[in-house]
Amino acid sequence: MKIHEYQAKEVLAAAGVPVPPGEAVDTVDAAVAAAEALGGSLWVVKAQIHAGGRGKGGGVKLASSLEEVREYSDAILGMQLVTPQTGPEGREVKKILVAAACDIASEFYAGIVLDRQLGLPVLMVSAEGGMDIEEVAASTPEKIFKVSFDPGGGLPADEAREAAGKLGLEGGLVEEMAELLQKLARCYLDTDASLAEINPLVRTTDDSLLALDAKFSFDDNALFRHPELVEYRDPAEEDPLETRASKFGLSYIKLDGQIGCMVNGAGLAMATLDIIKHFGGEAANFLDVGGGATTEKVTEAFKIILEDSDVKAILVNIFGGIMKCDVIAEGIIEAAQTIELRVPVVVRLEGTNVERGRELLAGSGLDLISAPGLPEAVESVVAQAKGGAGS
Amino acid sequence: MSILVDKNTRLLVQGITGRTGTFHTVQAVEYGTTVVAGVTPGRGGEAVEGIPVFDKVAEAVAATSANASVVYVPPAFAADAVLEAAEAGLELVICITEGIPVLDMARVMKTLKSDYPGTRLVGPNCPGVITPGECKIGIMPGYIHSPGTIGVVSRSGTLTYEAVHQLSEAGLGQTTCLGIGGDPIIGTTFVDALKLFEEDDATRGVLMIGEIGGTAEEEAAEFIAANMSKPVASFIAGRGAPPGKRMGHAGAIISGGKGTAPEKVAALEAAGVQVALTPDRLGETMAGMLT
Repeated sequence: MKIHEYQAKEVLAAAGVPVPPGEAVDTVDAAVAAAEALGGSLWVVKAQIHAGGRGKGGGVKLASSLEEVREYSDAILGMQLVTPQTGPEGREVKKILVAAACDIASEFYAGIVLDRQLGLPVLMVSAEGGMDIEEVAASTPEKIFKVSFDPGGGLPADEAREAAGKLGLEGGLVEEMAELLQKLARCYLDTDASLAEINPLVRTTDDSLLALDAKFSFDDNALFRHPELVEYRDPAEEDPLETRASKFGLSYIKLDGQIGCMVNGAGLAMATLDIIKHFGGEAANFLDVGGGATTEKVTEAFKIILEDSDVKAILVNIFGGIMKCDVIAEGIIEAAQTIELRVPVVVRLEGTNVERGRELLAGSGLDLISAPGLPEAVESVVAQAKGGAGS
Repeated sequence: MSILVDKNTRLLVQGITGRTGTFHTVQAVEYGTTVVAGVTPGRGGEAVEGIPVFDKVAEAVAATSANASVVYVPPAFAADAVLEAAEAGLELVICITEGIPVLDMARVMKTLKSDYPGTRLVGPNCPGVITPGECKIGIMPGYIHSPGTIGVVSRSGTLTYEAVHQLSEAGLGQTTCLGIGGDPIIGTTFVDALKLFEEDDATRGVLMIGEIGGTAEEEAAEFIAANMSKPVASFIAGRGAPPGKRMGHAGAIISGGKGTAPEKVAALEAAGVQVALTPDRLGETMAGMLT
């Protein structure tokens, strides 16, 4: 689960990491009021969407008067912000963060992710703050210092000091940075984060350290023990069909093609997208109905797939294991009877009781195309999608 | 011969009284697996299908000489269940549970490595392990498998069934089929499984089914190039997957441009592995490498 920058800063502040004072608002008047309340003479107005690269798209502005705060807030709120991470259609800005600006002496990067190979969380720091860390990692990996740590114990003080020492800081700031990194690590572990990133982490001209921008995402599997983080969920940032699918235990991802897919199991679902592409088609979605494709799940899956107006044909690819093919066929038939299938549906069944399953489909009187094998099914559905609905 | 499980395996089921645990215990017994005990805290003294239930793994092991465990415990308690099995001295723990927080698994793996090096964990989020005709542990349909000479190792569930089905149709039975799981942190890796298959006299070839995310396939390719004398065929799911999206499995995600299918395919092909282009050619690709 991703959260907004202002929420990430709340999480950091609660963990004792210093962040600039600011307020998230959704109207221009509230933005001006927030700037007035913050005081000072320089503010930053930042679009709050779940995507990076906001500055490049015009979603971050520095305002040196309340009039400018008003002007920039008005421009950013409601804009369709396009960044390298949003895709060409961009994302509508519904909230902005108004924060006190500060004088920056130097910028750093600090982030924590899971290293899958080591099976441990790893802290990365770099003096190349503000930059895209993936670019730094690709072009000058020697500028990133990494240290893994025990998820049971946290980041030890000596390793935090070593990491802080790589950032060219002097005097008391080294110790201060080390403590900040330890707090970041504690925060990562305590929130079951999958990413905890401060970029840039700055030293101000009056020698204090501040998290100027922050990005967090959390392990969905651990949200059950963090009800306070679930409150941060912003449905406006999520695909409504993906959200609805997850409520029914379906794993659905919207894609750009015309062939709707319903498959049992994530691996087989991925492989189905691959073979569709191989035969010259494009899948409209990834959809895993789970190991046991029950009638309820199949019905809901059909409904979700059909809500995507791009869908011109549907491929159902089920390997019946413990859940037998005849039971699955009955589920498909029942589902097909309760909803209007506006596009051709090709069904490929394999596994336990497959003959009985195919007989049921054939005898159902429904306009389902039953295919003997996976390549035949895919060829058929690609042709159906290209021929237009109903052909 | 086979790897990990065979007719001498004496299985203990953690979470036996739950719906999933009971269902798959019945299936395992029907297949011929020797299930000697179940464990559910607070339910000691009961029985499921005639199998005695204990409160603790250690008690169950002492009473029944169980030598392997399967975990069907809900995600919030699964990590502790795995550690309890390790503490009781079991050498093989197979964790089926999907949805365990990844930091819980990081803690489990760190503890297993430092305190219980004698315990092998398979999974989590996997279908289990089966040695056809001898022992079935997990949620895979038993009947599609047949005894033979191919080792199968996979990060997926149904895609493995698909592969096994194709192998059996091509007249290729299996020594052991092993699902290693779709999570970012797993107990047994491709490399571990390949090592076991290389050492197993009965295994003539290995079918390895990978997917996008992480670098496990690249590490496997390195191992194959340096250590495998047996032919390895493969398939990598997710060529058509968009970056930044988790494709059903927690571990199946292309992040920061890393973990893509073409990278994995290139690494495997460079190591002499034949990689099937589409998922309907798993059986024939393996068969083509055995002459």
